[in-house]
Amino acid sequence: MALNTLPNLPDHDGFYAALLAAHKGLTAEESAALNAELILILANHIGDRAVLDAALTLAGQR
Amino acid sequence: MAYDYRPFPYAPPPGLTAPEPRHPVLIVGAGPIGLAMALELANHGVRSVVVDDNDVVSVGSRAICWSKRSLEIFARLGIAERCLEKGVTWKVGRTFHRDREVFNFDLLPEDGHRMPAFINLQQYYVEQYLAEAAIAHPLIDLRFKNRVTALSQSDHVRAEIGTPDGPYRLEAEYLLACDGARSPIRGLMGLDFKGELFEERFLIADIEMEADFPPERHFWFEPTFHPGQSALLHKQPDNIYRIDLQLGWDADPEAERQPDRVIPRIERVVGHSDFRLDWVSVYTFQCRRLDQFVHDRVIFVGDSAHVVSPFGARGGNGGMQDVDNLGWKLAAVLAGGPETLLESYDRERQHGADENIANSTRATRFMTPEDGAERVFRDAVLRLAGKAAFARAWVNSGRLSRPCTYPGLGPDADLPVGAAPGMVAPDAPVAEGWLQDQLRGWTLLAFNHDAPDVGLPVLHPTGDNARARYQGDAANALYLIRPDQVVAARWITATAAEVTTALSHHKEGRPWP
Repeated sequence: MALNTLPNLPDHDGFYAALLAAHKGLTAEESAALNAELILILANHIGDRAVLDAALTLAGQR
Repeated sequence: MAYDYRPFPYAPPPGLTAPEPRHPVLIVGAGPIGLAMALELANHGVRSVVVDDNDVVSVGSRAICWSKRSLEIFARLGIAERCLEKGVTWKVGRTFHRDREVFNFDLLPEDGHRMPAFINLQQYYVEQYLAEAAIAHPLIDLRFKNRVTALSQSDHVRAEIGTPDGPYRLEAEYLLACDGARSPIRGLMGLDFKGELFEERFLIADIEMEADFPPERHFWFEPTFHPGQSALLHKQPDNIYRIDLQLGWDADPEAERQPDRVIPRIERVVGHSDFRLDWVSVYTFQCRRLDQFVHDRVIFVGDSAHVVSPFGARGGNGGMQDVDNLGWKLAAVLAGGPETLLESYDRERQHGADENIANSTRATRFMTPEDGAERVFRDAVLRLAGKAAFARAWVNSGRLSRPCTYPGLGPDADLPVGAAPGMVAPDAPVAEGWLQDQLRGWTLLAFNHDAPDVGLPVLHPTGDNARARYQGDAANALYLIRPDQVVAARWITATAAEVTTALSHHKEGRPWP
């Protein structure tokens, strides 16, 4: 399966707010730890190396 | 009970008084790899001289975990029974974070395999058994207190050798450097390792104590008894326990190996002081290898060619697979076969070393993360392991050694995945005993298949295990097995001409197709 870079998440504004809320009041270090867990949880859920590799590449583009 | 170190006898070599005839093989180093190499070559009818600058087995337990594949190789070398009888068989590994178990594995023995997944046995026992077998073997000339001081090569190798009675010269068709991670031969040839050195120090200790610890591998991340670092506990024979403790890069190795520093650390691990310190060392990690293992007539085998961090049992076991791979090929070359076979040793064992190095590097990185993202993700995995099943398998305290699958073998067919070309032919009980015992040279395994007449022995293994591992759901199956028990090629059905083509290809060590 290819990485889906088109709109895919209903209520993305709501998720974005939830993401910010999860980080609210955290230090930079605590935020980094939360993000790391999130990435690992989502990576396992996606379960497809090709999709994850494409995501790594896209995220690394400058 | 402490091991009774007995020096092996030194005898003045014949070369001191008269030139010796050129030997087929000179093996440098009488450690587990050099001795196994000599015995494996002797199995193929090849004589060797083995020289070692020392005259005792290894001091300290060093390599302790011997894998199923190593035990299968030991069976061929005649020491497996002694190793199994003496060693501690184990199959359960437990990984802890702080005081909570986060991951465990149970290497359940599959039905119909002779050898367990692992035994723990101190390297000095393995060396002793190998040395005794080598001393008893008429094709092996084992010379202690013989040190190579210089070497050169042309169409053969010349070595200057020092002994307590002075120097002499030896000539050999091939020199096998089995002289360990600090390989003096590598130094004499000006070769260097490439790869990673980890800025980390571990304390390693053997202690003797009466205890009821189960025969399991225990690994702790950040245990309360050793805050912020990692620790490993392994049971060995003779009431000897092996403890590895991460110290950090700033630790002073000389100070840390002093008993007044070591003993309090061990007391915190085992919870009491009723033990005897048997051996202590401090080590750093490397995951590195030579660019090439074959340098004309000098061939590097084991730690002299590649070194890995110890978590995963890939040093000694990886070296045994080098021995397995090289033995029949060198024997064939000495009998007039093509030297391309030695290129295939180089190619295949570089592949094996790279796999071992990759696995060891990943485990080491997990155990000793650098500050920054490495540590953030490592700690995230450890935290997640307490609350999500998937993350437990991500906790990496060393992925235990299995033989690699060699690329470039074939042809392949739609047959069971566990017996693909490049893999070790799986063992199975057969009418005559064990299948692997029947695989001592080029062999065909036929399942509901006529025996093609290509001048090779043909076995028709029976029994459910053999059928399941080789034939599966296919109507027929035919396998070509190399002398190192690696599957070279397989077919659903094949003509004698097809088998001959594959056989001659593999006998030249060329990658398929």
